[in-house]
Amino acid sequence: MADVNRGKRPLSPFMIGPYYRPQLNSITSILTRITGNALLIGSLMIVWWLLAAATSEAYFAVANAVLTSWFGDLVMFGSVWALWYHTLAGVRHMIWDEGKMLDVESADMLSWAIVIGSVILTIFTAIFV
Amino acid sequence: MAYLTDRKRAVGWGASKTGTQHHWSMKKSSVALLILVPLFVFTFGNALGGTYEEVLAYYSRPFPAIVAALTIAVGFKHFNDGVQVLIEDYVHGPMEKVLILAMTCVSYGAAGVGLFAIARLAL
Repeated sequence: MADVNRGKRPLSPFMIGPYYRPQLNSITSILTRITGNALLIGSLMIVWWLLAAATSEAYFAVANAVLTSWFGDLVMFGSVWALWYHTLAGVRHMIWDEGKMLDVESADMLSWAIVIGSVILTIFTAIFV
Repeated sequence: MAYLTDRKRAVGWGASKTGTQHHWSMKKSSVALLILVPLFVFTFGNALGGTYEEVLAYYSRPFPAIVAALTIAVGFKHFNDGVQVLIEDYVHGPMEKVLILAMTCVSYGAAGVGLFAIARLAL
């Protein structure tokens, strides 16, 4: 019958919540989305800073004071980590798109590579840039 | 009693009716950003913290200006594509379209402002 169970189909529950135990894979996956979208804040601040530099010395002084304040430093430092995390997670997606390293051990290994790699790259950026 | 067949009900109700174009667009911008992001981090990192004169001099050089312009253009396109999927996953109904339109305005607006600023600094 065509009308059986319309609108009452079982739906896949969200990966984070009471239905699934937290796993490395689901956490690193949702962090990819969070970091990617959170980068909007830092990006808008940088665009504002560039606009201020292109406008006048007085306007630049205002934007530069915000970006180099403790709050600006916090956003920029967080954005650097988010950027490296999202970049490494993007590389993982490219590997997965080729159908490679999709088994649990490889995926877990890549998860740790993303987490540890992003921290190392962030420290490296903070020191050398 | 309904006479519609299962197939007739199912046609047109795919997850999104599209997606390969979006995936490919995302993949192209991802590969571009893989090259641009490190270059931008190192050039912008050099400029940030400098005085007004230093920043003007730095972004009047071709390489930092071109890297910044490309990163802004490709980055905000990538963000727009990404945030669209975020909205489609969690928001439904009219608000879904409103938010996608709003974030598209933010993405292209920010890219426009950024490119204008780089052009003015560089030229």
